[in-house]
Amino acid sequence: MVSYRFRFLVLVFILLAAWMLNVSLGSVAIPLQATLSSLFGQPLEQASWEYIITQYRLPKALTAILVGGGLSLSGLLMQTLFRNPLAGPFVLGISSGASLGAALLLMGSALLGQLIFCDFSLVVAASVGSFLVLLVVLLVANQVRDTMTLLIIGLMFGSITAAIVSVLAYFSNAEQLQRFIFWSYGSVGSLSWHQNSILGGLVLVGIVLSVVSIKSLNALLLGEHYAQSLGVSLKRSKLLIIIATGLLAGSITAFAGPIAFVGLAVPHLTRQLFSTMEHKVLIPAVFLYGAVLMLLCDAIAQLPTAAQVLPINAITSLVGAPVVIWLLVRKRKMLF
Amino acid sequence: MEQTALKIQNLGIGYTSRVVAQHINFTLIPGELCAIVGVNGIGKSTLLRSIAGLQPHLKGTVEIRQKPFEKQAVSERAKEIALVLTEPPATRNLTVRELITLGRQPHTNWWGTLTKADTTKIRESMALFSLEELASRKCFELSDGQLQRVLIARAMAQDTPIILLDEPTTHLDLSHKVEIFKRLQQLAHVHHKTILFTTHEIDLAIQLCDKMLILDGKENPFAAPCELIEKGCFESLFPSELVTFDAATGSFKLKK
Repeated sequence: MVSYRFRFLVLVFILLAAWMLNVSLGSVAIPLQATLSSLFGQPLEQASWEYIITQYRLPKALTAILVGGGLSLSGLLMQTLFRNPLAGPFVLGISSGASLGAALLLMGSALLGQLIFCDFSLVVAASVGSFLVLLVVLLVANQVRDTMTLLIIGLMFGSITAAIVSVLAYFSNAEQLQRFIFWSYGSVGSLSWHQNSILGGLVLVGIVLSVVSIKSLNALLLGEHYAQSLGVSLKRSKLLIIIATGLLAGSITAFAGPIAFVGLAVPHLTRQLFSTMEHKVLIPAVFLYGAVLMLLCDAIAQLPTAAQVLPINAITSLVGAPVVIWLLVRKRKMLF
Repeated sequence: MEQTALKIQNLGIGYTSRVVAQHINFTLIPGELCAIVGVNGIGKSTLLRSIAGLQPHLKGTVEIRQKPFEKQAVSERAKEIALVLTEPPATRNLTVRELITLGRQPHTNWWGTLTKADTTKIRESMALFSLEELASRKCFELSDGQLQRVLIARAMAQDTPIILLDEPTTHLDLSHKVEIFKRLQQLAHVHHKTILFTTHEIDLAIQLCDKMLILDGKENPFAAPCELIEKGCFESLFPSELVTFDAATGSFKLKK
């Protein structure tokens, strides 16, 4: 533990720097000095700047931290639980499940009758979708021991949802379609402080459950049989880990859209930095690393000083996919 | 009467759809080294897994140090029985020390804090298997023989009176096989562990073990190796048109 203290300090420092960078960049150019003084509570000369920083950029940065950290943590949990280095919320179809939930709500409401739209119906629909897929994947995982099969099944889930979504899209009107497309691009910039606090609460529960499961997560590194022989009650600890994973991946996808590759890539990147499998080290490290990466990706997606915003999903894929390829090529076989 | 470490009575094992083996009876005392032999698929591994509690029993009773199996919680049993399986650890990215440290889990608190006693046990186990120099190596860098030593050291660190091992010498060459067997014998006789393992190395087991259990699907004889030889139990183990058992040397010969 002690030997990693320095690395943690550096990581926290980088997180602060990335946060500053993220807050100070955006479509409206606000001088760094003004941003800083606003953060320390001093009044700004331009009221609009203050509004932009406190009501838009700060909540966006918080969402980025929650989304990046939470998704990465859920990826770590999945890799340990499924004993699979390629597991992640996207690969295993959890994000597809959320998409399906969202698509059914946004585009299928004509079929299901007019649902009452409120802020949270989308969140609930996406969460339910991701939880259902997670349960099915888990049932399948108990049937097949082979890790490759599991991944292929996850991919098939992705295809099935994509198919259903395109059928729904075909029958829905332009406005519904647009809402869904925008959701599926992913965004960390559309959450109010209030929504942020709900997401933060859910992510916090996910973190607490992960921390409680640290011992059984470590035992699961040896495999389920060994974990059992070490006194781990499999059913209970697996359930806890699954709830944590589902809460993290489900709620984040619901609020911020399906964000690819963060959950898969960050645990591997973190293991390059912290050469250990001990979850006591990995859980905080993965969370910090994911938060940093998301803040940076979001800073790029904002296209500083331009009015447009790129879909965050595109940026994370552009960063994440080469990382996975590089890891596979360099290490030959990916270990988790 | 001496205390029993493991008492198995009329045990039936397998799955609800298929009984793998039944009428298994044997008793082991502390410090005994016992091998389970038999042809492939007769239920050797299933028996080990059943005793370890990874698989339900179909009938019969298992007593671990005079305590009925059913009355032990999983966490309690982890302090009685340590396990070495044929399957490799799910991740090979653990260092040797990390893997052996996991053996202390049944003794640590919810956070897994290592006490002084824990670190001492870990150090002792590593020393016993000459693993100090490999301590910070990752498992994927180890040879099969080294990995096997690490896995047994982990079981040793778990500090249980009973250790079960499933085919601990597969994939190893003769010298490493003998080395592992010698170490198991040492664990039993010097450290008073009760050691039960499955193996296909019948001639080595005959020379080293205190007791042997032959799973033959019928009587399942259990005794000291020389008694089993006298009774002629090994002759019927394999089809007689392929191999014969030479009672004088205690080894199998090819039929020419």
